[in-house]
Amino acid sequence: MKRRSFFKALALSTALAAAGFGSIDAVAQAKVVKVGVLHSLSGTMAISETVLKDVALMTFDEINAKGGVMGYKIEATVVDPASNWPLFAEKARGLITQDKVAVVFGCWTSVSRKSVLPVFEELNGLLFYPVQYEGEELSKNVFYTGAAPNQQAIPAVEYLMSKEGGGAKRWVLLGTDYVYPRTTNKILRAFLKSKGVADKDIDEKYTPFGHSDYQTIVADIKKFAAGGKTAVVSTINGDSNVPFYKELGNQGLKATDVPVVAFSVGEEELRGVDTKPLVGHLAAWNYFMSLKNPVNDAWKKQWAAYAKAKKLPGADKPLTNDPMEATYIGIHMWKQAVEKAKSFDTDKVIAAMAGQSFAAPDGFTIKMDEKNHHLHKPVFIGEVKADGQFNVVWKTKGPVRAQPWSQYIAGNDKKKDEPEVAAPAAAAPKK
Amino acid sequence: MIRRILLSAAFTLASLVFAPLAHALDPAVVARLTSGESDDQVAAVAALVASGEDRAIVLLRALSEGEVQVAGKQVLIVKGEAAVDAVTGAGVSPLPAGLEDVGVNNRLRRELESGIAALQLISPDRATRLAAIKELGANANDAMLPLVNKALAKETDPDIRAQLEMIAAAMELKGGTKESRIAALKKLAASNNPNTKPLLLGVLEKGAEADEDVRRQAETSLRSVEGRLAWAGRAGLLFSGISLGSILLLAALGLAITYGLMGVINMAHGELIMIGAYTTYVVQNLFRAYAPGAFDWYLALAVPASFAVAAAVGMALERSVIRWLYGRPLETLLATWGISLMLIQGVRTIFGAQNVQVENPAFMSGGVEIFTGVVFPYSRIVIIAFAATVLVCMAVLLNRTRLGLFVRAVTQNRKMAACVGVRTARVDTWAFGLGSGLAGLAGCALSQIGNVGPDLGQSYIVDSFLVVVFGGVGQLVGTVYAALGLGLANKLLESWAGAVLAKIAVLVFIIIFIQKKPSGLFALKGRAVES
Repeated sequence: MKRRSFFKALALSTALAAAGFGSIDAVAQAKVVKVGVLHSLSGTMAISETVLKDVALMTFDEINAKGGVMGYKIEATVVDPASNWPLFAEKARGLITQDKVAVVFGCWTSVSRKSVLPVFEELNGLLFYPVQYEGEELSKNVFYTGAAPNQQAIPAVEYLMSKEGGGAKRWVLLGTDYVYPRTTNKILRAFLKSKGVADKDIDEKYTPFGHSDYQTIVADIKKFAAGGKTAVVSTINGDSNVPFYKELGNQGLKATDVPVVAFSVGEEELRGVDTKPLVGHLAAWNYFMSLKNPVNDAWKKQWAAYAKAKKLPGADKPLTNDPMEATYIGIHMWKQAVEKAKSFDTDKVIAAMAGQSFAAPDGFTIKMDEKNHHLHKPVFIGEVKADGQFNVVWKTKGPVRAQPWSQYIAGNDKKKDEPEVAAPAAAAPKK
Repeated sequence: MIRRILLSAAFTLASLVFAPLAHALDPAVVARLTSGESDDQVAAVAALVASGEDRAIVLLRALSEGEVQVAGKQVLIVKGEAAVDAVTGAGVSPLPAGLEDVGVNNRLRRELESGIAALQLISPDRATRLAAIKELGANANDAMLPLVNKALAKETDPDIRAQLEMIAAAMELKGGTKESRIAALKKLAASNNPNTKPLLLGVLEKGAEADEDVRRQAETSLRSVEGRLAWAGRAGLLFSGISLGSILLLAALGLAITYGLMGVINMAHGELIMIGAYTTYVVQNLFRAYAPGAFDWYLALAVPASFAVAAAVGMALERSVIRWLYGRPLETLLATWGISLMLIQGVRTIFGAQNVQVENPAFMSGGVEIFTGVVFPYSRIVIIAFAATVLVCMAVLLNRTRLGLFVRAVTQNRKMAACVGVRTARVDTWAFGLGSGLAGLAGCALSQIGNVGPDLGQSYIVDSFLVVVFGGVGQLVGTVYAALGLGLANKLLESWAGAVLAKIAVLVFIIIFIQKKPSGLFALKGRAVES
């Protein structure tokens, strides 16, 4: 017993030291910092999340090749929560308590983020979340490098309402049945109402995760569209998008008649879908692979080389997308913050994150907000081209500040635009 | 407004001066088309349509297909490596550096499509004219009335005339005398185009139409159009129900043999489906690598291959594991469940955890339009036909062949069959192989419409058991009715209550049904029940 607890103490102290709590000299020989990657590599979300794991590993390699973070080599622990939401929480706890990682990059669906959130708050961990989401959340332990609704959903709907976007009068809000689509649609419904759209002109529909038969849904959209100029807002997530877009193409629902704008479909999800019948359908993101700027060109080249060297599936046609970019930005900003704080300590890094900036592949030098843990991001709306890439048809002049608490949800005007400073208990040293 | 006037002027011009001679296009217009704001671009499209040049159609079509590129001030139509100057029509080679695509958004694409269609209304080719009318019908633009009238004056084909009149009627709704509006509305009553409905609704909107008679006629026409659209909707629903039913049938047929006839609770049935789908994927890759020219025909090989591979895996399973467990349902369940996990993991190791892409052959994309707005996708038609074929083959196999006779004999009374010299163990293997092969066929079909991944089988195993149990264990005909019944019920409920609730409702219904009638729709009668 005694010996066991001795080893335990030893292990703990080493880990603490590695995580930056001890003096740096004590572990000079083991200059390694552990970080966690928490993305589904199997199940319905694997279609989207696998590349995020790969791009994270690429970024670690890039940083390590340039001398690491404050001289520490990044050592990644990759786990597979298998599109299973409770498993996300379990794996996150394992990463923080057993692997003692300094930071975790991960999650795609909001339900997985909601699942790990209590773990990160309880253990005072640090999560970088790289995907656009519904807002309505602001945790001290999370940095949101994807878009809030005002950086994606609202501009997309405004565009479709405009003359340029087709002047839609009726709306189908179609999504997978979980927290992100439900909340986004709640915000969009309130927004549409504020623009004078009546309830009878909004049709909200949900399908289960992994749904693969979209015949009735597409037929219903057609029927609904017979009542006036219609646009579809799709928050379908995961591999359901493939049968959905196949059905759209097969049933001949053209973008010139009923445009579909998607918030979770990018270059990667359209791989393997015949995009010729889908030309003109839209997606709203903060980055597209087709953006032309030197940073993006270099980044795409770096990714293509990495994919080829590691023989990743799909390396013959390397694609980049928005959440990959957000992952890349997040990792670099974390590195910068660690170097500014000169520590891996969660609270010190969080403080140093405020105001970090990074020249991103979207062509702008974007900034982490001083207060609200979200990035200022430019918004792009793209139309699908025959080759599966996006043609940008609308963009903001520059980065837009995120509003995690949407003004279209009642009661949000009273919420603070920064994480609630928790009771002193949170600041107490870890056990 | 200005745009409308401009457009209508343009189209009048187009109908007046339709010069067949090919001139160089106006470079200023082409420049506006490729570099202006989208209002400019729309005006440029109108001007090009007005010019009536053959080259204008070529340019418009190239633009809508994304083949127009700009280098400096030069506008090129680029097809592969060859390029043509859009203004002069002269060939350009080599390609200049710094080519940039000309982006087209939906608004411009709509203008391009109807512009091209309007120009094609007087094409000498009947099929082209029909296609143009269909296009215009979807995007009726009242500025095109002169062009439509002109086409009407020239048109001799009665079929096309009727459709043109419909389009003209839709355009005349907004102007003209009371009589002409009523006449137009009467014509529209016969339309089966879904776009007619918003048009009629527009007439009925408050303040849009003052005249009572016209309003009344609009209401009558709207009712008749709505009635027809409802029928079209019902036909679509019926089709999707049958389509889902055929998929359920394919997935459950194999189980109807292994579970229904043989009584083996095979939890690995879904994984046999998955193996069939992966076999299709492998065959597809082989075709792509070694016979890209014959890619469209890879299914011809994939169907027997997926049957053979799944059947072989099934027979190996039966020989190695299941035959030791006959008569012990609980152990069979656990063992086959374990096997299913191993198969999933095995596939994950070989092919990776991500979904793989199985491409449809070209003839399976798209669909046939039964009514305007109701499309039956080819892929689903093919699968319905495939399911029917498989069903017929199996019925023949079970009822008309020696193997079928043995299988039925062993199922009904194993001991007696053994007594008269049937080698029951071998029959079991063959029957299990047949059931597994059918699962493989289901996988091949599913790969054409859904995602192919290691978890594919998991989403069908529950449905398959539901179908077999609901139809009545040991009854093939029950399986057919149950599959179609569940498919239709699911789709009806889905259109009424949404996909999530429909799934729950069907499950609840089956639970209640099985409580009331544990032996399913078609219960076995007579002595066979005891076994």
